[in-house]
Amino acid sequence: MLRLPPFTYHQPREIDAALRIVADHGPEAMFVAGGTDLYPNMKRRQQVPSQVVSLGGITELHGISGDPASGLRIGAMTSLTELEENAALAAAYPGFAEAVASISTPLLRNMGSIGGNLLLDTRCNYYDQTEEWREGINYCMKCEGEICWVAPSSPRCWAVQSSDSVPILMAMGAEVILRSPDGERRIPLLDLYQDDGIQFTTKKPGELLTALLLPAQDGWQSSYLKLRRRGSFDFPVLGVGVYLRMDGAKIAELRIHIGGIGSIAHAASDSAAALIGTVPDRESIRAAAKAAFKPTRAMDNTDHGAAWRKKMAPIFVSRAIEAALARNS
Amino acid sequence: MARRHVSTRVNGEPVEFLCEPHQTLLDVLRDELQLTGTKEGCGTGDCGACSVMLDGRLICSCLALAAEVEGAEVRTVEGIASGNELHPLQRHFLEEAALQCGICTPGFLVAAKALLDGNPDPTEREVRFALAGNLCRCTGYDKIIRAVLDSAAELRGEA
Repeated sequence: MLRLPPFTYHQPREIDAALRIVADHGPEAMFVAGGTDLYPNMKRRQQVPSQVVSLGGITELHGISGDPASGLRIGAMTSLTELEENAALAAAYPGFAEAVASISTPLLRNMGSIGGNLLLDTRCNYYDQTEEWREGINYCMKCEGEICWVAPSSPRCWAVQSSDSVPILMAMGAEVILRSPDGERRIPLLDLYQDDGIQFTTKKPGELLTALLLPAQDGWQSSYLKLRRRGSFDFPVLGVGVYLRMDGAKIAELRIHIGGIGSIAHAASDSAAALIGTVPDRESIRAAAKAAFKPTRAMDNTDHGAAWRKKMAPIFVSRAIEAALARNS
Repeated sequence: MARRHVSTRVNGEPVEFLCEPHQTLLDVLRDELQLTGTKEGCGTGDCGACSVMLDGRLICSCLALAAEVEGAEVRTVEGIASGNELHPLQRHFLEEAALQCGICTPGFLVAAKALLDGNPDPTEREVRFALAGNLCRCTGYDKIIRAVLDSAAELRGEA
């Protein structure tokens, strides 16, 4: 049976109080939002903070404000179920709503927050295991060890970006607000992530992600398509987010990000460039989607075979583009 | 580490207990309050055996800290029946053999009750998606889904 390690638990009511606790304790302290990612990791001893700072009691971090015409602000502690059940959000940002509804199960969407999903730890078959299992292989470089077991000659970690919301939000050009004792900064999600399984975000130690900002919804359309073993429950092993805007029959703007198949949700820029300014049809979409094969970095560290997942990337890109176009008409 | 004093309500009854910060709600329900109907499966949120309702929301009690339920309303499988009379869900699970080893059953009952409380007339697809977080390794799910749909029909007065 898995048990949590002992820790001191803090329940601040204000953001500044939460930031102070983490500043005082340094790397020994971690924020916890819904707990659905951190607590399993703590039970498996992948993360063992001695100070856990709950964000649940901070009212300012909850709720949605604004409107789609000028952009939405979503507090980091807003639950995934609240987002899933918000009809106005689903109408204005269907790709984002689709991604949120596909995260995990009803139980965990009730507990999990959007902020936690944005900062979901990267995943790997050699990392998401019990302490005993990992000790048995002498650990890996993401936690306590020196080697990457999926690519033993690699100097870097290849754990996989596994949040469903991230690829579509990156395509949408969404932003986040990060707060520290020194103040606040607002950055695009594109600048929040980096291509490394261990240091997968640019968030500084002690910074708190307080809100997600969705762009004004003027004529854009979106979709998210996810590959997983079970249709109702599983992390993505490939997740394609598409965001586009038409100019008459032509595609004026198109952005595609592919998650679940590398340590960052890569842009499929060549596929997008091939379609911008054209009148798309089934053939041209399929031809353009082929360019999505190259930037995907599939390794044998998730469910399903790496070669098959990579082969599926262009197919999912073309299907996701078609789904967004169908919404537009 | 200082033990915390928590006042809460479990199945409508006021309850007080002391807990360590690292004890989960599941730990306290089973080990301190002797409510052993709620089961521990994976302990990591995958299986749903520990499903309970917290302030009307279905959650995994293995991933909720006991210290977080101060002032809250917890409902467990023990609170589903009315006295000695089984809830229609429990009766249909028995009558339609929607269980074998039984370890997932309390979680399924709580999750199914959470679904029917909010949606009295779910489609089969809605039932399947609502119960996606509850794993059963024996029945193959078909009997469980049918038992939930039949319970829903009875609760609507259609059976």
